[in-house]
Amino acid sequence: MKSERSREPLWREEFSIFQADERYVSRRQLTKFLTLTSLAMFAGNFWILVKSWIRAGVSYPVRTVAQAEEIPVGGVKLFEYPGPQDQCILLRPSENSYVAYSQKCTHLSCAVFYSAQNRRLECPCHQGYFSIEDGSVLQGPPTRPLPKVILERRGAELVAIRVQESPEGR
Amino acid sequence: MRQPNSTPTRRLTAIDGAMALIVLLLIVQMWLLSATLDAYLAGHTEVVLPGALISGACFLGCGALYLFVVRLETA
Repeated sequence: MKSERSREPLWREEFSIFQADERYVSRRQLTKFLTLTSLAMFAGNFWILVKSWIRAGVSYPVRTVAQAEEIPVGGVKLFEYPGPQDQCILLRPSENSYVAYSQKCTHLSCAVFYSAQNRRLECPCHQGYFSIEDGSVLQGPPTRPLPKVILERRGAELVAIRVQESPEGR
Repeated sequence: MRQPNSTPTRRLTAIDGAMALIVLLLIVQMWLLSATLDAYLAGHTEVVLPGALISGACFLGCGALYLFVVRLETA
């Protein structure tokens, strides 16, 4: 017995696991890794839940973003809402209609611009097109509509009151 | 707790089965995470809580299967 052990390589003597148990060890290690991956997935879902709770508590400021007559028919004005980092685009497609959307494309956050000729919002990066009626996707890689800034006309002023992430009824 | 007719081969089969179940739960969790994130970014926050609860249940299932594997191995 002793002579058999002495023929084993040195690393085998120093390794604490018997050869017969090795198959269990590799399976246990893999199972542990998979369980930790599962924990990471749960942490991701929980993080989304926390972000959702935080966002639910946010109240949007009521802010004047433009004077109604300063924008010509077919013209645009850029503004920031609700925060200074949130670039938005205000359009006047016809005499009495004003609409505003987040300028960030929902695909990869490039800035969209208004194409008066095609009457749509266009993203120059990957040719994603959005409707000016409700911000929905007309064509291209984006799958989500542009967040809409809800406006109110108060006399000569256009006032932003909140941001609507998806069109009503969707 | 070792079964009277428990052999290393049977134990390995049971461990492989448990691992297959864990992989299935992981696939469900991956799909759940991407679907929940997509819905959240689209403004549909009503699916976020059920998504987190189901993902937590999947994690508990994975944890239980891991303990099962460890216990079976040390039996």
